[in-house]
Amino acid sequence: MAHTNYRVTDKGYYGDFGGAYIPEMLYPNIEELRNNYLNIIAQPDFQAEFQSLLKDYVGRPSPLYLAKRLSEKYGATIYLKREDLNHTGAHKINNTIGQILLAEKLGKKRIIAETGAGQHGVATATVCALKGLECVIYMGEVDIERQAPNVARMKMMGATVVPATSGSKTLKDATNEAMRDWINNPVDTHYIIGSVVGPHPYPEMVSRFQSIISEETKKQLIEHTGSPSPDYVLACVGGGSNAMGMFYHFLDDEHVKLIAAEAAGLGVNSGHSAATSVLGKEGVLHGSRTILMQTEDGQVIEPYSISAGLDYPGIGPQHAHLHKTKRVEYVSITDAEAMDASLLLSKMEGIIPAIESAHALAQLEKMTFKGDEIVVVCLSGRGDKDLNTFMKYFNL
Amino acid sequence: MNRLKQLFDKKDKDILSVYFTAGYPTLDATLKIAEELQNAGADFLEIGFPYSDPLADGPVIQKSSEVAIANGMTLKVLFEQLKSLREKIHIPVLLMGYANPMIQYGVKEFCKKAAEVGVDGVIVPDLPMYEYEELYKDDFIDNGLSNVFLVTPQTSEERIKKIDGLSSGFIYLLSSSSTTGKALNVSDEIGIYYQRVKDMNLKNPLIIGFGISDQKSFERANQYANGAIVGSAFVKTLTDKDDYLSHIPTFVKAIKG
Ligand SMILES: Cc1ncc(COP(=O)(O)O)c(C=O)c1O
Repeated sequence: MAHTNYRVTDKGYYGDFGGAYIPEMLYPNIEELRNNYLNIIAQPDFQAEFQSLLKDYVGRPSPLYLAKRLSEKYGATIYLKREDLNHTGAHKINNTIGQILLAEKLGKKRIIAETGAGQHGVATATVCALKGLECVIYMGEVDIERQAPNVARMKMMGATVVPATSGSKTLKDATNEAMRDWINNPVDTHYIIGSVVGPHPYPEMVSRFQSIISEETKKQLIEHTGSPSPDYVLACVGGGSNAMGMFYHFLDDEHVKLIAAEAAGLGVNSGHSAATSVLGKEGVLHGSRTILMQTEDGQVIEPYSISAGLDYPGIGPQHAHLHKTKRVEYVSITDAEAMDASLLLSKMEGIIPAIESAHALAQLEKMTFKGDEIVVVCLSGRGDKDLNTFMKYFNL
Repeated sequence: MNRLKQLFDKKDKDILSVYFTAGYPTLDATLKIAEELQNAGADFLEIGFPYSDPLADGPVIQKSSEVAIANGMTLKVLFEQLKSLREKIHIPVLLMGYANPMIQYGVKEFCKKAAEVGVDGVIVPDLPMYEYEELYKDDFIDNGLSNVFLVTPQTSEERIKKIDGLSSGFIYLLSSSSTTGKALNVSDEIGIYYQRVKDMNLKNPLIIGFGISDQKSFERANQYANGAIVGSAFVKTLTDKDDYLSHIPTFVKAIKG
């Protein structure tokens, strides 16, 4: 049987998706990255510093935790990959550590980033403080209001938070503003994109930095079960970085079923949803060819989800390819299902998950197990940042 | 024959092109503005088809795109409006916009329609050379459309040569690496960059854009190039829905001097 190739080509494509649909103004920046990122990442001193920061600063390896009560409830052996225990509370820091070291090697003096919920903004502000680099975070005006504690965290660490006031004033507009900043500051600035989106080589670079998640998981599974291959691996998808990291080393192991949970919001057909793989069509968003939610005329549709981190109108190009080739099953989880799953994990395991991660957990409810299957769920982040939402939703 | 080529054969200095967004400030403004600009002495026109996420544009063109979309402008509507383009407009017309709306419309269909209504060329800033060559070049050529690429002060000489080879029409020389609507970069280095590109003796004419806003910047651009493009500075004058046409002759005259 011909083996489908899920990896990127040298032109930056995953099947029909990817590439670098960027204006000429961004070409030198992207070209500089493309020509250098693989070499830099492979250098021993880069690897030494990267690994040491992941260990001593981020707190890796993150535990693979056997959730006993959850396992009993669902009739399977369920492990949680605890990215929520990382410094700053989510997987996002794996990528920002990698990119800040890269930026340093490229001699950049100034860092910019976009953020939605503020998790990536916080993870970027953190590594900029660590390295003493100037940090400018673009955040939609609407999100700045919704996520005040994360704005405060970024400011405490010395970042400048710039409101994106264009368009719908949320994540996609913050991304546009960051790209515009980069166009206007082509020489001294590095743009740390927060997910596996954007022009090549970003999707590939970010997924490599996040691939530590599945690399560790395989080793930990051997310790726990004697085998590196589980039956199911689940993760949530906004742009798709925790999912790509969680899937990375399992892609070629066709025995492992990969499931990605998208945010259905109030329901896939409610008009208030972020379920891109169902609602989206092929097109170009933020520099790559992928699947995105758009009108018939090609205008980008503003998505909705109760979790700000999944509130994005597209998915990374590799996800679009994994969707098209059916290597990964994409499922839709509503706000209500995710909120129930948040409460369930809190009550049964004493772990309050980020609402994003709860979308992956909620899928367990819809699966039937034979009893001896091994399931890994990526717990991409912790729920501290969502307390306001929980308080309102559950009347706490 | 392609009207752009005719224009450049006839005129190689002080060419003025004006950009405006279709459907702004009112849905039916598109052709009225085009006619007024032609009468006022513009040499060719760039009609923008709006996109919700114009990441190479500054606030003025972002705003005009937003209003145009709210007014109901789509590529379908635009091609409907442009059916009568060549009844009154004789100067070259290019369409300018982002890749996504064009891809949704279907690039082949887009090129066919554009040629049918008498459009001469297309500028799509986020459609790079590689993708153009691999996927779409034949659609442009089959329909006799010029495709125009951008060059910035950071573009390497080797790449400029490649761009020149793939372009037909002209080369859109950016006055700096910036989004639209910033002030013109008048530093010495920019003069050196213009001169460097000029000295390459490319097959395509050079038209400078981004930051051209008045007679002074227009003249400066024309020291190095065959002409210049005014965008944001013009779009900015169109805010009044009830009277957006009357200023056009004075605006064009002020630029051309
Ligand atoms: C905890 C958590 N999980 C998931 C996401 C979604 O991003 P991605 O799909 O790139 O993992 C976010 C984004 O903010 C997040 O904070």
